[in-house]
This record gives sequence, C-alpha cells and structure tokens, in this order.
Amino acid sequence: MERRTFLKAAAAVGATSLLPVSAMAVSSAMASSGEDAQREEPGVVDTYDATPKQWGFVIDAKKIEELGVMDDMIGACNHAHNIPQTGDPKTEVKWIWAEPFENTFADMESEYMDEETLDRAYPVLCNHCDNPPCVRVCPTKATFKRSDGIVMMDPHRCIGCRFCMGGCPYGARSLNFFDPRLYLDEINPDYPTRTKGVVEKCTLCAERIDKGEIPLCVEASKGAVLFGDLNDPDSEVSRALKEAFFIRRRVSLGTGPNMYYIVSGGAENA
Amino acid sequence: MTKKWTIGIFVVILIGIFAIPFLVNAGRVDGDPDVSLDTPQINALEVKECIEPTDYMRESHMVLLDEWRNSVVRDGNYEYRSQSGQIYEMSLDETCLGCHSNQADFCDKCHEYSSVDLYCWQCHGTIDEENPNAVIENGDDVLFTEKA
Repeated sequence: MERRTFLKAAAAVGATSLLPVSAMAVSSAMASSGEDAQREEPGVVDTYDATPKQWGFVIDAKKIEELGVMDDMIGACNHAHNIPQTGDPKTEVKWIWAEPFENTFADMESEYMDEETLDRAYPVLCNHCDNPPCVRVCPTKATFKRSDGIVMMDPHRCIGCRFCMGGCPYGARSLNFFDPRLYLDEINPDYPTRTKGVVEKCTLCAERIDKGEIPLCVEASKGAVLFGDLNDPDSEVSRALKEAFFIRRRVSLGTGPNMYYIVSGGAENA
Repeated sequence: MTKKWTIGIFVVILIGIFAIPFLVNAGRVDGDPDVSLDTPQINALEVKECIEPTDYMRESHMVLLDEWRNSVVRDGNYEYRSQSGQIYEMSLDETCLGCHSNQADFCDKCHEYSSVDLYCWQCHGTIDEENPNAVIENGDDVLFTEKA
C-alpha cells in the first residue's frame, strides 16, 4: 500500500470511530438537560449560603442588667442544647455564662472604675474569632470556621485531646468528663446530647441561623444583644458599633474576637 | 507403632477441637432478624414507605447517614432530595428516629444479628420516657470517673 493511501484510510477510520462518541455525548447532554428541567438530581440539596460573612454580637451589658434577662439567655441556651449542669467548676460545661468585669476584661480592670461597671455581670461565650486558635490546634479538624464566620464543632470527629481548650484564651470550651445525660434534668429531644470525652462549645446556634432564625440568647435578650453580619455596613450590629464605644475581650492576642461589648449604655456615654 | 499411635491420637484431638464450633451450633436455626415497623408514627402513615426504597435503605443507610452527617455538621446543608423527588430534612433525630422510634425492635435487631456495635444513641434519639436519664452503656473508660 502506498503511504498516501494508508494515511487517507487511517484518517477516515479515525473520523468514523469518533463520530458515534460525539453523537452520544450530544444526545446525552440534550437528554440530561431535558430531565433537569423536570426533576433535579437526588441527593443533598445545597442550601448553605456560602457568601462570606462574619456573624457577631453587640452586647449591651447595662441593658441586660436593666431588663434582667441574663438568666433567660443562659437558661434558653442550656435547655435547648442539652448542656449538662455538673455543679463543679472543674468539670462544668459552659456555652454562655456570666462573669464580672475583672474576669471578662482582666486587662482593663482598674481600682478607679465605678463599682457598678465592675460588679455588673457580662455574658461571655465563644467569640467566633477571625483567627481562632482552637481551629489551628485541632489535630482532627473537628473544629473549623465556616464561611459565615461561625467557629463550628463536629463532635463526631473530636478525640477529646483538649488542645482547643488550651488554645482558647476565653475559656469558652468545655470537656464532657461524664456522660452528659447524667446531669440533664430534661433532655430536649430535638438536639443531640454529646458523649463522654468530647469537647463542646457555643455554636452560635448554627442550626437556627441556617434556617434563618437568630441565636436563642439574642432572642431571649429582648434587644439587649444585637446579632448580625459585621461585614455588612448596613447591618444592625455595624450601625450599633458606629454609634457607641465598645470593647472586646483580649484583643491584643490577635484572635479577632467578634463579640462586642458596649460597657456603659451606648451612644450617650461614648 | 507407639509413634504412629501418638500422632493418630493428636490428629483426632485436633480435628475434635476444630469441630467444636460446628458441633456446638449443629441443628441451631437462626432466622433472619425480625424487624418491627410497629410504631405509632409509622402506623399513622398512609403510604408506609421510607425516604428511599427499602432495598437501598437496607444496604446503604449507613452511607446515607454518613453523607447526611457531613452535610449538616460541616457544610450547613439540611435538605435531601430523595430519588422520588421529595425533599426531606437531614436529621437523624427528627427524620429517621421520628418514625423509627423503636430502637430496640428496629435498629438493634439487625445490628445485633450482624455484630455491629454502634454508638449513635449515646448522643442521638432514644430517650426512655420512663427513665429519661438512663445512661447508654459506653464500654470501659478508665480515663474518666463516673458520677459519684
């Protein structure tokens, strides 16, 4: 056979062998687009709003005191999230709790500060930091930062090493030393309990936020705590921060806490 | 002669040892696990069907649950579209155990039969109405002291 005819024949064979493949690809693409119009693929539906956000709180401690809602805020969280009450500071599990000024803002305390501010109870919880040390030290990625800023905990992956408890400068993480069901008077069946040997913390009510609701403690605070996206300049929290002087806990450590405290009642005292 | 006898005796003993499991279980009939669907929630359903076909659930519920777990906890997605196109909330506590509220007669039956040891219930579902704080057995754990 001549070289020229061989090449021609080879090209012809090659072209015909490609034809059915491309034809199939076109027809299957058409078929699937037709099906898509009628019914979507089974499986997990992607409903998570992945636009970058940073949820944060603006906490007005004076207003909390005036309204007397601190116990409601803590109680609502404890009940909804099945947080065991061990009654012992060494083994207690805390998501949100109250501390006086000297514990909340240790580096700002002064003997000349007015007693009202010093003695007032401040709600403290996970700060859902910009740069969370707990996430950095976790060896199993059981704790991680979501794109909306929530520092989330996956108890399924937690091995109870407690590095995160050492890493967190706010003491916002607690280990379950016991089966938590031992220390629950009433179990909320809609939320799982944890198990012995895992660390837990405030999740900013991620399960509520994902359904478009606000965190429980914010709801129970009757307006003394504001919740919103700090990245959005028009959000309630951003506007509140423009109007008042605020402090955050242990900013010098560089964790970028997202819980803002208005200490003395807002704009008029700023 | 003696050597042959010794070997013979030990061969018989060896065969005897290996035959023990067969002898012990000879004549025993283990039926398929008897799974109960008799819960108030399932009885109230008009069409008694799970979110996916029974065969699929029987074979692959663990794959499904693993996917659900990761989707909800890590990705923040809560909705699942079944093969029939229906949308379900991905929640072990509400969607699965909402109907299958009889752990002992449903989940445990097959898992015991196939010797699968699960610890889902240490955290999820199954709250004994009469004894809500009943502790689910957690194995031995010397690191942590029990409640005094």
